[in-house]
Amino acid sequence: MGYFENLLRIFIDAIFIDNMIFAYFLGMCSYLAVSKKYKTAAGLGAAVIFVLAITVPLNWLAYNMLLKEGALTWISPELAEIDLEVLKFIVFIAIVAAFVQLTEMVIEKFSPALYNSLGIFLPLIAVNCSILGAALFLPTREYDLAEATVFGLGSGIGWFLAVVSLAAIREKMAYSDVPKPLRGLGITFIIVGLMALGFMSFQGFKLPFQRLDDQPKEEVSTVENQSSDAVVIQTTKIEE
Amino acid sequence: MSDNIEKKSEPLLSKKRKELLSNPMDSDNPITIQVLGICSALAVTIALEGTVIMAIAVFFVLVMANVIISALRNTIPNRIRIIVQLVVVASLVAVVDQVLRAFAYEQSKALSVFVGLIITNCIVMGRLEAFALGNKPWDSFLDGVGNAVGYGWIIIAIAFVRELFGAGKLFGQVILSKEWYVANGFFATPAAACIILGVIIWVLRARSGYVED
Repeated sequence: MGYFENLLRIFIDAIFIDNMIFAYFLGMCSYLAVSKKYKTAAGLGAAVIFVLAITVPLNWLAYNMLLKEGALTWISPELAEIDLEVLKFIVFIAIVAAFVQLTEMVIEKFSPALYNSLGIFLPLIAVNCSILGAALFLPTREYDLAEATVFGLGSGIGWFLAVVSLAAIREKMAYSDVPKPLRGLGITFIIVGLMALGFMSFQGFKLPFQRLDDQPKEEVSTVENQSSDAVVIQTTKIEE
Repeated sequence: MSDNIEKKSEPLLSKKRKELLSNPMDSDNPITIQVLGICSALAVTIALEGTVIMAIAVFFVLVMANVIISALRNTIPNRIRIIVQLVVVASLVAVVDQVLRAFAYEQSKALSVFVGLIITNCIVMGRLEAFALGNKPWDSFLDGVGNAVGYGWIIIAIAFVRELFGAGKLFGQVILSKEWYVANGFFATPAAACIILGVIIWVLRARSGYVED
């Protein structure tokens, strides 16, 4: 139950069990928009991995060094009572937007080839919910910096997997005879639903090691609203 | 509605303006036709109460952001408009979040990150880009109301089905008694939300005759 096993667990959780698309539906808009072709899907997926792996630790730093109650004590102990958490939305989205803009400029300058294949997707990412969503999970999950980085990377890979597999299915579907009103968006949603069902099977997947703090803690979620006797597949319940 | 060439004497609710209000509720619905704002539509719809709160929150943010951006539209430099829009929306969302924490703490915890994610809700950004930047505040107000209601009724419809069959309840009140109805856990899962939305889109498009390529 070492530290690295803990990291590995967070990583695998983020890819398969708490998959950004199938468990939280984050980043659905661009997910549906770019999944018509396999190639564009792979391009955006790669960009999402990159941006998530960088912005999640950046936002972790912003949250823990700046926004959290008592976070400013590293400047002066008198600031211990300041709680800037109300500003978290503005700070997170500003960091994401600024980073995306910066990456775009750097890639354009140093690697025009990569820019041409990836560049058009980068501006889209600033408004991809999965990036901001991952940042907003940080305050409730109390990760440390390494855990946050691994979580960002894993979430990105999970998103990549989801978008590439949907694009592959949709390319094959061009040969199917779908009822007219169901074409396009309708059938895509039904496919995503079926894929989400498939991904649910990962939830029974017990990793041989537990997270560091053994206390099982339930993340507060909408699932709590429902009756206890339903066969609950707790998508948002995580053991921390 | 590309340009506002209307004269000053145009009535407050002319035909064109009524269409601004009614089109997004049906033939130009933000979710089923424009495919925007899907994330929250699927994630928050497990129970009606949270969904209604979410619909109200989006209504407030969308209408206010539309009016504010529309009022500022001649002063915003084109190059930095995205950042300006994001800051306006993020401030409004911060207000909503604080109000929810003060008056509906349980629900705000249940909605968790999804209130914050109104910032990146494509409906808000999409309407700001496509409409508020080029139209007067009153028109933008109507457009915001229309789209927010169009969004709201779809998510409430999904939540109705999911809560009724997933838990046998509506607004937390037992409708289908446990004695004869076994709650279907499938409807509580995220997958069900996708499939229900797919079916709603199917029905609406079959009715309106809209066919995607």
